[in-house]
Amino acid sequence: MLGKLTFAAIPYDNPIVMGGVGLMVLAAIAVLGTVSVMGKWKYLWRQWLTSVDHKKIGAMYIILAGVMLLRGFADAIMMRTQQALAYGSHPGYLPPEHFDQVFSAHGVIMIFFMAMPFMIGLMNCVLPLQIGARDVAFPFLNSLSLWLTVAGALLINISLAIGNFARTGWLAYPPLSELRFSPGVGVDYYIWALQISGVGTTLTGVNFIATILKMRAPGMTLMRMPVFTWTALCTNILIVAAFPILTVSLALLTLDRYLGMHFFTNSLGGDPMMYINLIWIWGHPEVYILILPAFGVFSEIIATFSGKRLFGYTSMVFATMAIALLSFLVWLHHFFTMGSGADVNAFFGIMTMVIAVPTGVKIFNWLFTMYRGRVRFDSPMLWTLGFMITFALGGMSGVLMAVPPADFVLHNSLFLVAHFHNVIIGGVVFGAMAGLTYWFPKVFGFRLNERLGKAAFWFWLIGFYVAFMPLYALGLMGATRRMDHYENPAWHPLFVVAAVGAAIIFCGILLQLAQIVVSIAQRERARDLTGDPWQGRTLEWATASPPPAYNFARIPVVRDRDAFWDMKQRGVDMRASVYRPIHMPRNTGTGIVMAALLGVAAFAMVWHIWWLAIGGFAAAMVALVRHAFDEDREYYVEAEEVRRTEILRGRAQLRSV
Amino acid sequence: MSTGPMTAHGGALAFRPGYADNAADALRDLRPASDAVDFDFELEHHHDAASTAQLGFWIYLMSDCLLFAGLFATYAVLHARAAGGPTAQGLFDLPYVLTETVFLLVSSFTCGLATLAMGRRSRGATLAWLAVTFALGLAFVGMEVHEFARLLAQQAGPDRSAFLSSFFTLVATHGLHVTCGLIWMAIMLVLVLRKGLTPATVSRLSCLSLFWHFLDIIWVGVFTLVYLFGVS
Repeated sequence: MLGKLTFAAIPYDNPIVMGGVGLMVLAAIAVLGTVSVMGKWKYLWRQWLTSVDHKKIGAMYIILAGVMLLRGFADAIMMRTQQALAYGSHPGYLPPEHFDQVFSAHGVIMIFFMAMPFMIGLMNCVLPLQIGARDVAFPFLNSLSLWLTVAGALLINISLAIGNFARTGWLAYPPLSELRFSPGVGVDYYIWALQISGVGTTLTGVNFIATILKMRAPGMTLMRMPVFTWTALCTNILIVAAFPILTVSLALLTLDRYLGMHFFTNSLGGDPMMYINLIWIWGHPEVYILILPAFGVFSEIIATFSGKRLFGYTSMVFATMAIALLSFLVWLHHFFTMGSGADVNAFFGIMTMVIAVPTGVKIFNWLFTMYRGRVRFDSPMLWTLGFMITFALGGMSGVLMAVPPADFVLHNSLFLVAHFHNVIIGGVVFGAMAGLTYWFPKVFGFRLNERLGKAAFWFWLIGFYVAFMPLYALGLMGATRRMDHYENPAWHPLFVVAAVGAAIIFCGILLQLAQIVVSIAQRERARDLTGDPWQGRTLEWATASPPPAYNFARIPVVRDRDAFWDMKQRGVDMRASVYRPIHMPRNTGTGIVMAALLGVAAFAMVWHIWWLAIGGFAAAMVALVRHAFDEDREYYVEAEEVRRTEILRGRAQLRSV
Repeated sequence: MSTGPMTAHGGALAFRPGYADNAADALRDLRPASDAVDFDFELEHHHDAASTAQLGFWIYLMSDCLLFAGLFATYAVLHARAAGGPTAQGLFDLPYVLTETVFLLVSSFTCGLATLAMGRRSRGATLAWLAVTFALGLAFVGMEVHEFARLLAQQAGPDRSAFLSSFFTLVATHGLHVTCGLIWMAIMLVLVLRKGLTPATVSRLSCLSLFWHFLDIIWVGVFTLVYLFGVS
């Protein structure tokens, strides 16, 4: 009846796990209780959970990313403390099989459920506004994508309480991840969590490409699009091109595990290296899927806070496109040591180094944009400057490892770990934080506290260097990654320094939480009534903060690259005199219901509860077909209502002047 | 895509009690032309919803195409790894597969005829050709299932070797797609029967026919790479 699921699946005997589970349950009870006490269930369901408004979906993506950042960071702290303790005769406090789950969960969570939702969330919040659209191309699919991602994240968190998680590292290489060596449910949780959220991501990719290509404001030619929109376009092209390969790789591993096939086993003709090739054909584009939108964020921020047009717009666009293309030609550098031969390694080594060229173009463009600009050092700009220095360093260590002979020494060492944290924290995380601070007033209507934001930035920046520079040194000293214990006492001081660095970053995160609480408490003081708090250049600043559901009462006609700046220069009267009814999509619960059903089906697949898996999947399909038959999916915002909204906004705007 | 006449709502000034405080503002408001240059009423939010849906569906098909690319690549790498078990030469029955192929190719043709009938706004012909397409597709899936059953009976199941794993996965993934296409087609038959050729059903039928032709092209790849190369 319940497949492999029994009460023995709950790890009662492990105090650390049960502590984590207890915290999660308490947090969930706190949230659900608060909503119930305040009587906000109806509001939450109608205004948020069933919403197809891209701004709200974006905000929910970012909330998910924030929660998962805390979860992933808890894993990071556990690893750093374990490694600071466990050397020589000291065993530390995490047994190996638990430590292995911690580093696997850390990687999976940070990439799939923190960085991805954060970037997709920023795109959701900003992209339709930047192109002067009222919505995305497929609003229902957008809602479905969000909830599928949430379902995947939930599945990962459930694995903590029921059963266990993969002990295989974040990419679950076979043969270790095959049934023979990982007989438990850990790898199955991994597979289904990623499959379900991966489908959501692919749908996002389709949605945004169609949005950007079809829904731009009149006059916005491709070469007048804001750079963030450009990077989002390239990112979504990468998503559509790369995620199917992840789906295939995981599906084949699933067939091996569930139906006894032999794709990646080491018997009957299977080939584990096939998996590693396949998954990195997705995996390398994936890192650019994360970093390209961050590049877009920085481009917007640098132009705005320097008070200048972005230097080298055209070269920026071409550099982005070049990176997107090249990202498919470098995957083999993740396993130079596989033994593909000198020629193959040389090709992929050179292609990897070539990627540094368009990236360098971008760095110089940003520098030249600041040159002779009137730079304002608000916190989005601080994150950007921190990024430029940190990312350049990380890029250089990457070019170093692109040399195959050097990689043979550094492969799987902590040098590699330091490198990718250098580019992912210095690039993606700083980009996410910069974007959050920059666009927060647009989505919520008030600015984040600047003092706390700056303090958080400094803790993050310093903490990053203290935590990861020792890992470069350790890597060169021969320390490999994923060790729960080591013998060499010479490594110990550096691991302690790294743990101190993690503690400093933790202070940064606490300051960010405080920043959000304080900013909400003092929101009346930091209201943005103008809609344009930073003297922005692109169209998202042309409407109110927060924007009305329809974004623009009238669609602006674009005449120049920095469309809103151009309108301000020409003194265009933003106030409307005539209002028209606006056609908008209705909210629908189909997305969240379908995702919940598919989440149940995925959980059932993990535990081999076949009837529930089939039932959940079938019910989700029925929900989809019912939605397809529903004809009442759109409505008109009456002209009178648009008029009232716009006039209220106009009055507030006047008062603020 | 144009600014409407301002007087349609009874004059501009009445709309803007919060703004128009001075005469200069009021005068400017009476000139609709200045508005038309800088703003645009997109009256229909989904003014080209059908073409957006088509583009979105094309993008989805491209991602699906890459999914098959992954399976083809896997098959190409593993096709010779029979691990001492049955090989392609011994297993494949080319005339049988050719019959199957003809069913699918002809179904693509009849699907095209359905699209043409749809263009002529002929509901009856659309339904009839769709039904023929459905029957041919069903025959294809039936033959494929029968072929799989025969292989399983010969102890040549997907767990026998890497070659058979990759063969079954590639062919069955295509077969599953066709099955989904059949379910979709059945739903569309009901929809067209009940609602006729409305813009919504026409848009969905266009996507369905794209899907069907796409599966046809994939099958040409399967037939060539798996079956023709397999027995040669």
